[in-house]
Amino acid sequence: MKPTDLIDQSSLRDDVPDFAPGDTLKVHVKVVEGNKERVQVFQGVVIRRQGGGLQETFTVRKVSYGVGVERTFPVHSPIIDRIEVATRGDVRRAKLYYLRDRVGKAAKVKEKRD
Amino acid sequence: MAKKAIVGEKLGMTQVWDDDNVVVPVTVLGVSPARVVQLRTPERDGYSALQVTYGSRDARKLTKPLAGHYAAAGVDPGVRLVELRLEDVGEYQVGQELDAATFGPGELVDVTAISKGKGFAGVMKRHGFAGQGASHGAHRVHRMPGSIGQCATPARVFKGVRMAGRTGASQVTTLNLRVVQADPEAGVLLVRGAVPGPRGGLVLVRDAVKGRSAAQEGAA
Repeated sequence: MKPTDLIDQSSLRDDVPDFAPGDTLKVHVKVVEGNKERVQVFQGVVIRRQGGGLQETFTVRKVSYGVGVERTFPVHSPIIDRIEVATRGDVRRAKLYYLRDRVGKAAKVKEKRD
Repeated sequence: MAKKAIVGEKLGMTQVWDDDNVVVPVTVLGVSPARVVQLRTPERDGYSALQVTYGSRDARKLTKPLAGHYAAAGVDPGVRLVELRLEDVGEYQVGQELDAATFGPGELVDVTAISKGKGFAGVMKRHGFAGQGASHGAHRVHRMPGSIGQCATPARVFKGVRMAGRTGASQVTTLNLRVVQADPEAGVLLVRGAVPGPRGGLVLVRDAVKGRSAAQEGAA
């Protein structure tokens, strides 16, 4: 254990669901507008999950009005209200950067079937 | 000059979130209570400082002179003796304990430590020289310094011209780091940003001699 882990304990979230690259997430993000706070949903495919401990981040990609939008969140970020796993994806690699070069149906990730 | 100071150990870096949910990079300093062993005064020593120790050491393993020094102060022997230069030591007493509560969140501090040794380093790493072209006919001179002076006049290289050499492992002070959190119970002090030296290295923390935090400004 690293000595800094004790500091990190208090910042770690315990409500992070189990998710992996390829999964489609609904990330409920807290947005502050003026002095009001509301929750916005960012829905897309996880294309990357990297780092460890408190520093771990994940990137969600969605196509909005024909434009690809990627947003990277720290897994333990306090701006995340909650994370919802919409679907599990069936993918063969950890980093799904190939989705960036694809459009339309080719950019879809197969759903995992158990 | 500094009005208060403590001694600590660099434990490593991590991050915390502030009230606005913004990530703050912090260095974690381990601060075990330091015990004042001796007061250095201008009358007797020519300068004012606190001589402190921290941690604990087996009293049987001390040399006789050192054991006598601790006994005279009536302080339990610690790992080592460290001097903290201060403006005035009038309000300190021998045996007094200093802990992380010396500093509060928002205060600006200066952190002094011995930087990591880099060995014999070239001018690019050591002095930030730009080096030379990767291309355009450059031949094995990519990281060289270039010219180090003129020709027949002065017919020598001036003293102090920056060249390659031993780098790092020197005392470095980082000024005006903001204290993010001070927890005397856990014995840690979190300061925003990086601190010189390796993990496990000794660091001296004093209140900022050049900067004033917003909190201190308001009080003044």
